[in-house]
Amino acid sequence: MLRKLFIIILVIFPVKAFALIEVDITRGNLNPLPIAVSPLSIDESSRKSFEKVLKKKNIGSEISSVVEKNLKTSGLFNPLNKDAFLQAPEIANLKPRFEDWNLIKAQALITGKVNFIDDKLRVEFRLWDVLAGKEMMALAFTTVPNNWRRVGHIITDKVYERLTGEKGYFDTRIIYVAEEGPKTRRVKKLAIMDQDGANNKFLTLGNELVLTPRFNPTSQMVTYLSYFRNLPRVYLLDIETGMQEVVGDFPGMTFAPRFSPDGKKIIMSFAKEGNSEIFTMDLENRIVEKITNHPSIDTSPSYSPDGKYICFNSDRSGYQQIYIMKSDGTNVKRISFGKGLYGTPVWSPRGDLIAFTKLHKGKFYIGVMRTDGSGERLLTENFYQEAPSWSPNGRVLIFYRETKTDDKGKGFSAKLWSIDLTGYNERLVNTPTDASDPSWSSLLSN
Amino acid sequence: MKLNKILKNAFLIIFAGLALSACAVSKKTGQMQGDVYTGTDTVEYLASGVPDRVFFATNETVLTTASRETLRKQAAWLRKNSKITIVLEGHADERGTREYNLALGERRANAAKDYLMTYGISSDRISVLSYGKERPVDSGSNPLAWSKNRRSVTVKAN
Repeated sequence: MLRKLFIIILVIFPVKAFALIEVDITRGNLNPLPIAVSPLSIDESSRKSFEKVLKKKNIGSEISSVVEKNLKTSGLFNPLNKDAFLQAPEIANLKPRFEDWNLIKAQALITGKVNFIDDKLRVEFRLWDVLAGKEMMALAFTTVPNNWRRVGHIITDKVYERLTGEKGYFDTRIIYVAEEGPKTRRVKKLAIMDQDGANNKFLTLGNELVLTPRFNPTSQMVTYLSYFRNLPRVYLLDIETGMQEVVGDFPGMTFAPRFSPDGKKIIMSFAKEGNSEIFTMDLENRIVEKITNHPSIDTSPSYSPDGKYICFNSDRSGYQQIYIMKSDGTNVKRISFGKGLYGTPVWSPRGDLIAFTKLHKGKFYIGVMRTDGSGERLLTENFYQEAPSWSPNGRVLIFYRETKTDDKGKGFSAKLWSIDLTGYNERLVNTPTDASDPSWSSLLSN
Repeated sequence: MKLNKILKNAFLIIFAGLALSACAVSKKTGQMQGDVYTGTDTVEYLASGVPDRVFFATNETVLTTASRETLRKQAAWLRKNSKITIVLEGHADERGTREYNLALGERRANAAKDYLMTYGISSDRISVLSYGKERPVDSGSNPLAWSKNRRSVTVKAN
């Protein structure tokens, strides 16, 4: 539904591929690229029309702020202070005076214009290489005014892609569990928000415990665990319609659900008589298949992006470790051999890495390893943190972190954090309440 | 599978006998033995002299001597009150990943269930519910609090 609202994205000028600015995202970027985000210019009658519809005084500046905040959060860019800008937005968009932008040390410049046309919002924007004095990209698109924040995210995605050579992750959403109340009686609700924390919405009321929501590949459906009627079961929720259903007819607890990469199956654990095994259920024909067969705990399954393999968590060696197997359950192979316990493996959307949680000597780590278990790299250490989820471009991980309480059991909090694959740019992700179990959507517009 | 279980249960009983004599020698440190909770702060009673819960070591699902004693008392009480059905609620501490802890809680509750069954309680009267780490009884972040939270609690269902 969301994606249908976008009407046109078109290139307004042919773009030649110059060898211009490039941002390397494979290293921790200690020198973020100085970029000037000139507010989108807007004529007075458009400004008034948007003010009426959106209750925003200047929608051009608002959209630019979204772009600016995204760029800053990425850690790769340093948006410059607008007070130093010498050129007015409407003139800069026509023909930037590169000397002026050079003077404030901008290396890249974004300009643009927003119009109110037939009750729609039309945006055009350009990306300029200041040093070369050249236009790098020019795009225009039209949408309903209410989508104005998404316009900012799409502009960021386009700029990010042009400058880094990889897809962005800004026009995305996060589904997570919102938490409130004392630690011994937490109230938990499903919640969804834009990647930058805007448009937060609760999807359940908090009457029953809910855990571990995960998006399907189109980000329209969510699978999660609910304790509805005190029967912990995997559920399926359609975000647009609000329709919910139990997945399968299992005589016991089902948990740890995820979608297959084609969205056709749900993979999950089913616990019975002290033994948890991994199962799949086909959402079309409802056929259930047992994938693992071992009297130990087998859980937290996650498919490789091509659907051919599954990584999962098992204690068959005596303690929690990470294993991979073919998607039919054959060729089970342990891949984690470092010191400590390993859990929550998640396969990167790029296919080359598995992110995990590690517990060693009383500390929790978020880390990554290659799919054969080599090249283990720990990104962050804390008192408690777990459950990484990949950004759709495989460059950022979001996870949750809990604080240690004092001797009286006070001071507990759970928050979402993100960190770059490089191990740099660790950030708190703001949520209106405490939060856990984040899952990152795919790119909503492609 | 079935035979396996019978064997396992038989072992538990033999082991229980052995361990009973051993426990008199081992020392208690405060409210914990090893890292298993041995105190009574959080314990409630199903009937006079019948504690409602048993405690586990970190990452373990093995029943301790004290746990088996508690469960034998519960079994006796259940035999006397044959109409009563129960839910065994399995829990883990906060020092583990959420999904693994759900499985661990289920395994702990089933350890208690298996033991009750060897003392003649029909599985029809027992259901199992794992809360993983979702319902700690002590909100502290210290070894003692964690030991109280690693538990299986027997709750009257009717």
